[in-house]
This record gives sequence, C-alpha cells and structure tokens, in this order.
Amino acid sequence: MMAAPSSALLDVRDLHVRFATARGEVRAVDGVNLSVAPGETLGLVGESGSGKSVTLRAILRLLRANAAITGEVRWQGENLLALPEKRLRDIRGKDIAVIFQEPMSALNPVISIGRQIDESLVAHTALDAAGRRRRAIELLDLVGIASPEQRLAGFPHEFSGGMRQRAMIAIALAAEPKLLLADEPTTALDVTIQDQILKLLLRLNRELGMGLILVTHDLGVVAETCDRVSVMYAGRVVESGPVDRVFTAPRHAYTDALLRSMPHGGAARAPLRPIPGQPPRLDRAIAGCPFAPRCALVEDRCTVEAPPFAVVAPDQRAACWASDRLAAREGVA
Amino acid sequence: MSGTILKSGPVADAPIMTVDGLVKTFPLGRSLADVLGGRPVRAVQALSGVSLTVRKGETLGVVGESGCGKSTLARCLVRLHEPDAGAVRFEGADVLGLQGYARRAYNRSVQMVFQDPYGSLNPRLSVGDALAEALTVHRIVEGGAVRERVGELLDLVHLPRDAADRYPHEFSGGQRQRVGIARALAVEPSVIIADEPVSALDVSVQAQVVNLFLELQERLGLTLIFITHDLRLVRHISHRIAVMYLGKVVETGDTEAVFTAPRHPYTRALIAAVPQVDPHQRSAREAVRGELPSPIAPPPGCPFHPRCPIAEPQCRTVVPALVPRGGPWPVACHLAGPADAPEFIA
Repeated sequence: MMAAPSSALLDVRDLHVRFATARGEVRAVDGVNLSVAPGETLGLVGESGSGKSVTLRAILRLLRANAAITGEVRWQGENLLALPEKRLRDIRGKDIAVIFQEPMSALNPVISIGRQIDESLVAHTALDAAGRRRRAIELLDLVGIASPEQRLAGFPHEFSGGMRQRAMIAIALAAEPKLLLADEPTTALDVTIQDQILKLLLRLNRELGMGLILVTHDLGVVAETCDRVSVMYAGRVVESGPVDRVFTAPRHAYTDALLRSMPHGGAARAPLRPIPGQPPRLDRAIAGCPFAPRCALVEDRCTVEAPPFAVVAPDQRAACWASDRLAAREGVA
Repeated sequence: MSGTILKSGPVADAPIMTVDGLVKTFPLGRSLADVLGGRPVRAVQALSGVSLTVRKGETLGVVGESGCGKSTLARCLVRLHEPDAGAVRFEGADVLGLQGYARRAYNRSVQMVFQDPYGSLNPRLSVGDALAEALTVHRIVEGGAVRERVGELLDLVHLPRDAADRYPHEFSGGQRQRVGIARALAVEPSVIIADEPVSALDVSVQAQVVNLFLELQERLGLTLIFITHDLRLVRHISHRIAVMYLGKVVETGDTEAVFTAPRHPYTRALIAAVPQVDPHQRSAREAVRGELPSPIAPPPGCPFHPRCPIAEPQCRTVVPALVPRGGPWPVACHLAGPADAPEFIA
C-alpha cells in the first residue's frame, strides 16, 4: 500500500512534541511521519525514551500541559491538532479509542465494569437502556470474558490483569471506533495471557476492519501481530515498512543492530551482540544522525548531516546513510 | 562446613546445591469479620514442594509466569525467607540448619542479584563505599587493600575505576545492574542467584548485561541460578532449565532438549506463547486458554489441569510427581510418554 494521503485513515506529518522542564526543553518527538490505512495494524516500536508513547498520545492530544505539539495529524480531512477541544472530544473514544498498559489506572475502581461500558455506550450510541445492556453483554463476550451477564456487575479489582485488559478493550470497542491506539497493552501481562490478548486484538482488527496502532518495546510482539512497523529512536522514526521486509532486510543500522542484539534460538550461550552506549539526551540539539555515536556502520557524514527519511525499497523508508551498505550485506549473507 | 573459595572449573555433574520438597506459604491478613466469623486463616501457597538440583558451574534457568513461586524460591535459597518444610543442601551441608559463622559463610558463598539494583543499593553510599562495606564486613580484604580490590571489582564488571566515587543515581539502568553484580561478587561467592536481573532493561542494554554474566561465569567458574519470565533469554543462557507452575517444578532438563521437545503441556504452551521475532512464524491460535489460577486456592490434582488441552479425569484428582516417566528427564505430567508425548492442538 502506498502512503498516498487519500487512502490513509490517519496521517501524521512532521509531528514535534517538546516538553518544557526545569532542566530545559526536551524534544521527545522530533519530526515523526506515520500513516495507517483502514484495517491496518501498525507497530510503533522503540526502546524507552524513543518517543513512541508520546507520539501515540500526541495524536489525541492526551499530553500534559507542559507539552508543545506541532505538526499535523490528518483524520478524515481534518487536522486533529488544530481542532477545538470540544470537537476533538467527539472524536476521542468514538472514532479513535485508546487502551493503555495498566488498565487498573484507566478503569474507575468504584464503578462496575457494566456501568463503565454503559457510560461509553451512552456517550457514543443512540441505544436505549435495554439495547445498551444487550450490547454490553455482546462486547464482553466478544473480548472473551466468560459468563458476561454475571461479570457486568463485577468491579475492576475482582478481575485479573488479563481480564481487566479485556474489559478495557470492550469499553474501547463500545463506540465501534475506526482506529484503536494501544500503548504497550500486554507489557504488564504474563506471556500466555499476552498471547491471548494479542490474538484477540488481531481477531478484532480482522473482524471489525478496525485500524490499530500498537506501541511496544517488544520486537516479537510486532512480528507476531503487525502488518507494518515504524521503528523509533531518539524521538524520530528511523525506519518504516512492511513487517516482513523490515525484520528480514532492515535498512537502518539501528533496526539492524536491535534485531541482532536479541537472543535467537540456536546460538545458545554465545555472547549476544549488544549495542554499545546509551541513547542520546533529548534536551540537547543532535547534529547528524542520533544513532551515530553507537553505530557500527558510522561514517564521517553521519555525525554532521542528518540522513533523509528516504525510500529505500518499495514501500520501505529509512533515514540511514548506511542503507545501501546494509542492502549489499544482505545480498552476500 | 568451610567457607567456599572461588574456584574455576568445567561443568561437572556433581550437584553443588539440591532442593528437596521445599514448601513456603504466606498467611493472608484476616479482617475482623473473618476472625468473628471463625473463618480459617487463608494462605498463599507460594511453593508447594519444589525439588531441583543445581550442578557446579552450570547456569540453571528457572522460568515461569507470575505467581509460580520463582522469586520465593530464590529468596528461600538465600534464606531471606525461611521455608515451612523441605531441605536445601549446599556442598553437603543442610542450609536451613546453619547458624552463626556457618550461616554467614553460606551467605557469602551464595549471593543474590535483584531485578532493580536501585532498590538494593544504598543511595547515600558511593559505589566505592558500598563495595568496600561488603569487603570489610566479610573481612575479604582489609586496610589499604580494600581500595585496590574495589578497583578490581569495577574492572571485572567493565565499569571505569572512577565509578567508585559516584552514587547509584548517577548511573544508567544497565550500569547500575553492573554495580549490583560487582556488589554480589565482592564477597567471592561460588553461586549467584539472579532474580530477573535484566527484565527492567532495554533490549540493547540487556545484551550487555547478559554477556557480562556469561563472561563472569566463564572466568570465575560461577554457578548461576537465573530466574526470569523471558523464555528467549533463558534458552540463550541456560545449560538446564526448570519450568515452574503454581509453586511446583513441572519439568526440568537440558535447555535445548526441553525447548526442542517439551514434554509437559504447560511447557509447550509457554514456548508457543512467546512472540517470535520471525514474522513468518505467525499463528492466529492462542497457545493456551484460561487464566493463571490463584495460589490461594490452587486446583486439586495437577495444577495445570484447568487449562490443559489433554487433561484426563485422573489429572483432576491425582498430583503428578516430577519423575522421568520413561523419558530422559523428569516431568510432572500423568500423560507424558516415554519418548514423544502425544501430539495435541492447543
């Protein structure tokens, strides 16, 4: 799918987020471009501090007051960043819903799950009371909660972590959103429960044709669930493309190094290949490529001139001066 | 028993530590209504009969999900918790009966590294002082030799020597974990128990710390008990693994053998649930249904039976023992066959 703006469900252009802090300005997001097609699953992957969660929250302006957001978030012909707050509230939760890592802090602890789903249905649908109850039961059933009639009366603390995340997803789905933003939705869960929630999100994405942006630090989660991936580093998208391309033929040195740093089956007890050093501080201007100080493929111009986010293969972009060398190595290996 | 000194050596089959039938329960708080209503004291069954063997010089990976008891096991081994029943033997000595000097010597031989080194380092002590404290309390070196030994420890974990003058908050997560490891190594242990030592770190930094463990083990002949929920990692660094579920070891054997042909249905589910980094190996099917049961009211019989795709009537009533069942390694499943267990679809 080409990144033509007309076909995109959501199109993020040159997004910048700066936080004013006591120690100066932090450039958490520094010129991010993203697009999601209807029904597509986009993985937004990066390590801590890469700006992936801030990017996700900036889409719906869910950031603290000390954040300055610039750029464009195109949604059905409108720029969400320029909409009046009241108009944006109509879109939040209805067209674009969000789920977070820790559902316990997003759910209201003193209101039953049933009522929390009902609130969402009241706000976003025209159903009557009986219709809403029926719909709430359907939703719990859809997200795989057994005996949904009884569970409606339950409170968040009576649910396990996995069940809470399912309930959170049910609330998010109440308004039949066209796009779901999921911020590390399975990070707090055990691996067998994570597996269930990811499979659930995939099924909903397929059955409801709902677009999905999945923020995660886990490359495995992206490989298992996403159609496309954008890799973030130091507040920028450094590579994006179809998952099977980016994971098998990465064209940014950071993506390549990150994939190589992971333990793979088969090379037991061989030393891993870590990325030396630390990500750069974001409260200072970065000259050239932000990954240059840690990069094994660094060349002179990397430290002075920022590489353009260029098309490197059909539907694949990378901001890396070593992109061609990575491709050549690919051919040899 | 005598204090153990660092000795380097190849992996031998000789066990350095054996754990036999370890039980640990934590009583739950009772409300006034519970007391007045005469309700029995409820308890969390954290460990319900854990048995395993640790061989000298090996890495034993202990894996499992939350509530399986892996951290409680670690804490019982270093006697941060006192088990309710069972035995731990270290180089022939009964660990749970050690007193006074012998207990201190054991504590020195078996050291622990925690997930969050920030929580285990005193924020007001410089790294140098923290290491020096460990050295002098245990009288490893004294006087002028302390400072030199601190420098050697920092070299060992690849931190610059000037790190001695800095405080824990001045380090990144990965560096802090190096400090935690140096602190554990200060007393020259022969066994290190590491509880999720890299789980809080980013992937690229994780690899640095994992490499450090591999290198130190090689150089110092350490025995490593590596506790984690990360199966990719455990497969990479362990010689052998023990898979825990709800307070029990359900399968234990050589890592590659277990990963290649797991015999317990839970081990299979756990391995299948790990997201693969290869996008061509996708599955739309859930690896296992259902939730982890509560350790307050563990199911009767096999703890995995409520989620098990091949459970039979006996699984609901009879607790399966951890025995070889005709195969090359022990597994706690009634249905595990001698060689290939029956294929099933989760």
